[in-house]
Order: sequence, then structure tokens, then C-alpha cells
Amino acid sequence: MFVYTIRRLIQTIPVLIGVTLVVFLMMHLIPGDPAQIMAGERADAETVELTRDRLGLNDPLPVQYGSFVWNAVQGDLGNSIRSGRDVSAEIVPRFWVTVELAVYSTILSVFMGLIAGIISATRRNSISDMVIMVVALFGLSMPNFWLGLMLIQYIGLTVGWIPVSGWGGAAVILPVITLGTAGAAIIARMTRSSMLEVIHQDYIRTARAKGVKERYVIYKHALRNALIPVVTVVGLQFGVLLGGAVLTETVFAINGLGRFVVEGINQRDFPIVQGSVLVLALLFVLVNFIVDISYRLLNKRIELD
Amino acid sequence: MADTTVSASTVEKKRINPQIENFKNVWRKLRQNRLAMAGGFLIIFFCVAAVVGPWLTSNDPNMPNVSDRLQGPSGEYWFGTDHHGRDIFTRLVHGMSITLRIGISSVIVGGTVGVFLGIISGYYGGRIDAVIMRSMDVLLAFPSILLALGIVAVLGGSITNVIIAIAIFSIPVFARIVRGSTLAVRKLEYIDAVRALGASDARIIFLHILPNIVSPIIVQATLFIATAVLSATGLSFLGLGATPPTPEWGAMLADGRNYMWDHPHIALFPGLAIALVVLAFNLFGDGVRDALDPKLKS
Repeated sequence: MFVYTIRRLIQTIPVLIGVTLVVFLMMHLIPGDPAQIMAGERADAETVELTRDRLGLNDPLPVQYGSFVWNAVQGDLGNSIRSGRDVSAEIVPRFWVTVELAVYSTILSVFMGLIAGIISATRRNSISDMVIMVVALFGLSMPNFWLGLMLIQYIGLTVGWIPVSGWGGAAVILPVITLGTAGAAIIARMTRSSMLEVIHQDYIRTARAKGVKERYVIYKHALRNALIPVVTVVGLQFGVLLGGAVLTETVFAINGLGRFVVEGINQRDFPIVQGSVLVLALLFVLVNFIVDISYRLLNKRIELD
Repeated sequence: MADTTVSASTVEKKRINPQIENFKNVWRKLRQNRLAMAGGFLIIFFCVAAVVGPWLTSNDPNMPNVSDRLQGPSGEYWFGTDHHGRDIFTRLVHGMSITLRIGISSVIVGGTVGVFLGIISGYYGGRIDAVIMRSMDVLLAFPSILLALGIVAVLGGSITNVIIAIAIFSIPVFARIVRGSTLAVRKLEYIDAVRALGASDARIIFLHILPNIVSPIIVQATLFIATAVLSATGLSFLGLGATPPTPEWGAMLADGRNYMWDHPHIALFPGLAIALVVLAFNLFGDGVRDALDPKLKS
């Protein structure tokens, strides 16, 4: 297990290099001169040249990349073009808002998804199974930003005590439902098919044959093994949630990292875009790492490589 | 005597094309799946509507009509009008082709590149495999729509750039699946046999491996169209895709947002349209997956 963890850790190094490289290159692939963008559209040639020098844009690309990574490791992601403020300082509070949103949504989707999936699997082909699967399929097909708008319209504006924008307190309810629905649908479908597969295994028949109560068979024997593939889906879902947070935060005017990216793009404030995208990608790499390790812990049958 | 000849020739006939037999088999399974067929019919209906629809609607999708603004659904305006007085139904019909074009072309572009990379990776292995798959890992490290968002930020917002962004975002998905299937097929004996007969790598890859890994590619392509449509409408909703007055559905939602509180129909119908298209591809994709290979169901 320890060896596996170390090996998995080493595997993330090329990914980290790649991610930083892509984010770094974003800046250089933008049409136009970064120094000109940084200095402002109306800046004269001298200011642009000064900015270019200050940003180190005259250095060779590998040197620039090196200092980008070096600064990022030290928590320096540059300054915003518009406000001049330190990007890292702007990112930190927003980062926690997005993490909160994603974690609550994950909890909601795992909770709803597991319950719905288990009901569906244990009552296969019943009315409740069909209803759950149809609802899940629709939940999966809805654009989450539209679901958010509909929730505001039909719940937020009729139920007085639920705020329809911002973050904190009751205001988390609608965004979490918005972001968690698709995940719940995916987890419900996954749990159902995984449970159905496990229920047909020999050891379940053995458990039933030796007189174990049906409830124990389902929760102790079947669910444990059925959960293994679900864990991977939850991990992947977390990435989808981080991406989906961009839309959810925009709909509910939440000051999270996702909305920050969109603002940065709209205002052509590239240090903000760069910094936020980098942080979100690193978070996702970390989550994937944790999921892989826990998957390994749950499933002892899996081969080491 | 006569009997044996007849049966021998039938056997011979059946052997002529196992691929057609296989196709018939899949089609039979697919036809029994009502939900999948419903999805398939919806897709056909949407495609026909996208091509024929714009000729049948009498209203102009982009021409403002101030006297009829913000009207509820009626006999004249089936889904009502928006804040410029434009008929929402007409705009949805005109937007259908944009949605389908983005969904289908991004999957074709991204799928082609992804399949190529995946097959090369799985077939050659070694250093080529390591380089390709690590690059795919990097692309996958960006959470879903975020990569597309970054690409559109670099390229600028337009329908073509949205297609490019979503295509790039789909490459690693295809590459991973294809690599896995290629690895499984590569080890089979008939590949060794073909190679012993002196077939070139290109011949083995395109004539002997590719036809045998088509199933997972088709399944993934169908299901990814659904993802592509959701991502594309999301990008337009954020103002990073199609720009007004283009009747793109995500842009319509963003555009009508400020008026929807008093006039819910403005946001209701474009959202339903997106959900229906995505649902159709999900239903059909699920069905195709079950018909092609029940083992893929996971």
C-alpha cells in the first residue's frame, strides 16, 4: 500500500508539470502582446517595454516558465491587471467558497444517489424503480444553469426565506441542489447497475441460503462490494462539480472561484484566469489522488499496477 | 445428397459476412429497447426539424418586433415572445441546427483525434504510449468545462471556437477508451497471424484493429454528443460562445435572464429544448451500449 501510494505520487509529477505548462502557455497563446494587455490598451511604447521587462517577457520561454512555477509554489500568482491586487490573496476566500459548494453538492449527490440507487436495485422493474430511473435520466440531461434559474423562479421567489443569491446560511440550499442533481443521477444509475451485478454473485446466494436476513444481505454483503465502482464515479463527479461550479456560481451570483474565472475572461484579466484555473486543476489532481488511494483501500482484489 | 448440398450452401452464405449478421443482431436488440428507440426517433426528428424547420416558420428569428414584446404563449406565438418581441419558437427552431452542429462536429473532430492517439498509444506501447497518455492525463486534470473555458478565453468566443474547445476536451476521453480496447485486441492471435503474413503496421491498425474496437467508440460518441451540447450551451450562457442575436439556446437563456421573473416562458422553453436534445442522445447512447456490448454497462 505504501509503495503504491509513493508510485501514485510519482505519477502525478508529470501531470503537475503538464498542468502548469498549459496554464503558463495560455498567457502566450492569447492573440496580441501580453505586455500590451498588461500595460493597458492606451499605454505608450515605453510603458509597454517597461512592463515587458518587469514581467520578464524578454527572457527565454523556459526561464519564464521556471519563474512562473517558482512564484506559484511560493503562492505568488501575480497581480490583477484591473485592480492591481494580489491574485493569490483574491483567490483564497473564493477558493473556500467553491470547495464548500462542491463538497456540499457531493454529499447531497452521494446521499440521494445511493438511496435512489439502492431502492431501484432492490425493487427492480417496480414502479418506483422506473420512476427513479426516468427522473435520474432527466436530471442527467438538464443543463444545471437552467435548473438553477428554474429553482430561483419557482422555489426561491415563492418561498420567502430562501435567498436566491450569495453564499452562506440558507443561501446554500438552491446552489447545492443545482450542482448536486446531475451527480445524484449518475450515482443512482451507477449504484443500481453495480448492485444488480453484485446481487447475482454466488456469495450473495450463499448468504441468503444460510438464512441471513435480507436487510443484512443488502447492506452488509451486497452494498459494500457494490460501492467500489461508485467511489470512482464520486471522484470523477467532483471534477465535474468543480467545472459546473462556474455556471452555478454565475447563476446565483456566488463569489467563488468559478465566477472569478468568468469575470477574469470577460475583463481580459489574464493573471486572474491563470491563477484560478491553476488552483482548480491542482485541487482536482489532489482529489483524484485521494480517490485512487481509497479505491485501492476498498478493493483489495485490485492488482498493484 | 441434395439435402447436404443445400445446407452446405446456406452455411456458406451465412459465413459470407459476419459483420452484417452482427449488425442485424445489434439492430434487433436495439429495436426491442423502447427507450432507446424513443431517443433515436427524437434525434431523427430534431435533425429533420433543424433542416426543414427554418423553411416552415413564418416569423423572423432575429427581427425585433417591439409591439409584440414579452407576450405569453398563444396561437400566434406558440412559446411566446422575448424582450425584443421575437418569436421564441421560431428562434428555437433556428437554433436547433446550431446545437446539433456543435454537438456532432465537436465529437467528430475530437473523436477522430482521440481514436487516432489512443490506437497508436495502445498498439505501439512504450515511450509513445507514455508520452501520449501523460498528455491525456494533463488534459483530464482540468475539471470538465474549465478546459473548454480556458480554450475559448484564448481563442475568443464564437461557435467555431466552441467546437474546437469541446473537441479538445473530448480527445482524452476517446483516447483512453480506445487505448484500452486496442491493448485487449492487440494480444489476440489473429493479429499475430496477420503480422506473420507481412501486413504493415498501418494495415493492421486500420483494417484489423479499428473494425474490432468500433463498438465502444460508437457508444462513447453518442453519449459525448449529450455532454458536448450541455457544455456548449453552458459556454454560450456565460457569454463565451455564440453571441447575440444568434438564436443559440444557451445564449437565449442568458439574454432573457433579466426578464424571466415576470415572464417565465422566456427561460422555460430554451432550457426544455436543451434538456430534450441531451435526453434523446443519452437514451439512444444507453440503448446502443446495451445492444453492442452488455459488458460495457458500468
